[in-house]
Amino acid sequence: MTEKKLANSQLGSLEYDPAPESASIARLKPSYGLFIDGSFSDPSKHEQFVTLNPANEEVIATVAQASAGDVDAAVAAARHAYETVWSKTTGAERSKYLFRIARLIQERARELAVVETLDNGKPIRESRDVDIPLAAAHFFYYAGWADKLDHAGFGADPRPIGVAGQIIPWNFPLLMAAWKLAPALAAGNTCVLKPAETTPLSALILAEILQQAELPPGVVNIVTGNGTTGAALVDHPGVDKIAFTGSTDVGRLIQQRVASSQKRLTLELGGKGANIVFEDAPIDEMIEGIIDGIFFNQGHVCCAGSRLLVQESIADEVLRRLVRRVEQLRVGDPMDKNTDVGAINSAAQLARIQELTAFGEGEGATRYTSSCVLPENGYWFAPTIFADVSQSHRIAREEIFGPVLSVLTFRTPEEAVAKANNTNYGLACGVWSEKGSRTLWVAQRLRAGVIWANTYNRFDPTSPFGGVRESGFGREGGRHGLEAYLNV
Amino acid sequence: MSDSRLDVRKTYKLLINGAFPRSESGRSYEVTTASGEFLANVAQGSRKDLRDAVAAARAAQAKWWGSTAYNRGQVIYRLAEMAESRRAELAEHVALAEGLSAKKAQKSVSRAIDRMVWYAGWTDKIAQVFGGANPVAGPFFNFSLPTPSGVVAVIASQNSSLEGFVDEVLAPISAGNTVVVISSERRPTPSILLGEMTVTSDFPPGVLNIVSGITAELAPTLASHEDVDGIDLAGVVGDEANELSITAAASIKRVFRPNESDTATTTRRLRAFIETSTVWHTIGQ
Repeated sequence: MTEKKLANSQLGSLEYDPAPESASIARLKPSYGLFIDGSFSDPSKHEQFVTLNPANEEVIATVAQASAGDVDAAVAAARHAYETVWSKTTGAERSKYLFRIARLIQERARELAVVETLDNGKPIRESRDVDIPLAAAHFFYYAGWADKLDHAGFGADPRPIGVAGQIIPWNFPLLMAAWKLAPALAAGNTCVLKPAETTPLSALILAEILQQAELPPGVVNIVTGNGTTGAALVDHPGVDKIAFTGSTDVGRLIQQRVASSQKRLTLELGGKGANIVFEDAPIDEMIEGIIDGIFFNQGHVCCAGSRLLVQESIADEVLRRLVRRVEQLRVGDPMDKNTDVGAINSAAQLARIQELTAFGEGEGATRYTSSCVLPENGYWFAPTIFADVSQSHRIAREEIFGPVLSVLTFRTPEEAVAKANNTNYGLACGVWSEKGSRTLWVAQRLRAGVIWANTYNRFDPTSPFGGVRESGFGREGGRHGLEAYLNV
Repeated sequence: MSDSRLDVRKTYKLLINGAFPRSESGRSYEVTTASGEFLANVAQGSRKDLRDAVAAARAAQAKWWGSTAYNRGQVIYRLAEMAESRRAELAEHVALAEGLSAKKAQKSVSRAIDRMVWYAGWTDKIAQVFGGANPVAGPFFNFSLPTPSGVVAVIASQNSSLEGFVDEVLAPISAGNTVVVISSERRPTPSILLGEMTVTSDFPPGVLNIVSGITAELAPTLASHEDVDGIDLAGVVGDEANELSITAAASIKRVFRPNESDTATTTRRLRAFIETSTVWHTIGQ
């Protein structure tokens, strides 16, 4: 008995030694140009900007700010490659290029993981185990489609659209690049990709990989820059299709800007995912699922389970266990292999999270914040849970995009569905119950593009991802993901 | 019955929630035949009528989608039966509205009825053709189900008074959506006749709502309506269509604009208002 008490107290004060990954593995260059027509070039106006490590605010590298003229050059290169090379390349050959890219990503996986964590602030465990392997898997999956498009269910001989302009966010930089490029190339399009302003580096390593794969020049062009670069791409008359992942506000602007053009559009926007927990759910798995649903990637996940809907009968116990579990999350150096929660990606995002959480307290919710010690430099936000949240609270309605969970309760399945659907968004939801018939009953009624039952935040190249309502339209992944890049 | 008998003329009214109200505005407008002769005073719907229609469509949507695909197919097939039995009347109105010969109008009605049959057969195929199982790398059963966008607004084709109308409303309805349609401004009567037939075809109230009136006045209300999920802009072109597309973007609506490549057998319009809902379920003992 005494021994057991002793063991418990030792466990309670257990200290982890640091287990840092080496930053030198990144092999980063001090500065990067634009990747246009197969090679790196200086931006026409010679403007540069720095990209920071959000965990310590140190400069990692300098990258090029693409002007409208640079975007024009990239689109011209993509058009030329489309007309002279890529549209004449057989599906079987396109397939082999994509398989090559998948393999090269696997070969350089450790380097890419370190680059991703340095640039984004996410834990190395996540970039190593999730982002990079999934990016490779995505190329591997779509590689196999390139010579089988006749069998994809869109009629015989479906044609590509042409030049695709693709704008991606900072939360999963390389993975989002893979989600955009792999289906576009498999379908026979050429691409101009605009990485996020705060996380351009892994896409530039990918450019090196495309060179190593000997992908024909101009088939993929990568232009780094801020919102003006993205706007130039959206407005460019030589672009046939825009694919955007990001906030609903920007998505709305893009839809308006392309509304009077012939451009095709797919949007993957924000969310306010409901994670619905019934009293019969397996509680240990469910607690881990809730934690993973909101604190994975610092909550910088459009499909995050940011609203927990818990059945009243178990609400107290679930909240008690969640608060205890949040205390155990290891927050800090993203390069440490033991870290669970890394840095917030930027000062602007941190300010947004702080603003909304202040409203949470102001509107009367009860706040539980991890007592973890945050590093002095860098952008950090301690994992936080709000209880006693009502549907009208801003923290229950607006996407926080940070490590903040809002807890609401319900009594009946009908009420759970009504509350889950009480949002303009419709990206993802979770359902936790041991009763399969009830899970399917709820799933049928949820207005969401992805529903996870007894799990959360799972991604796979074969599984279509995307939203309904103001979470956007179009799917990425799976057979459905091809439709966004075919003229069908 | 002598030829000199004074005929009993019909009042052409709106179809909202299975009932036939005059416009709440009390307005009507004069509709002529293609050759310019007086045809009817048709109810001129208002923005309020449209909002009522959207509310009816929203209320009906869950029930329509909640009925079985087999049942939805039977309801649409029943509409084809009704149209077949009243094809003479439909052909007469198509001829008057579009200025076609009797023979051409009859052919147009035949094609329209055949399209109804085509859509009747789609309801229980959509899940199989556009959905499927996804072989994810993990212990999950993962499947993608096509689901309706919800409430779909249709600005009906101005020219094709019946054939176009049938495609525009039945594509979303067969996929489980409910529809609010602004009928052809100058050629509304064939669509109004078809609307009357839906009420005797077991269409649940609110699944198809038809508002006749002035397109330019009415269309912005549907394009901006927050509870409309998608919009088919068949009946508008050029700047007007662009403006409506921009308005629709405010609530991220699905916008369908027909193009030349759309033929009788393409599924583009059918797919326009289908969402893909993907469910992951754990596999374990």
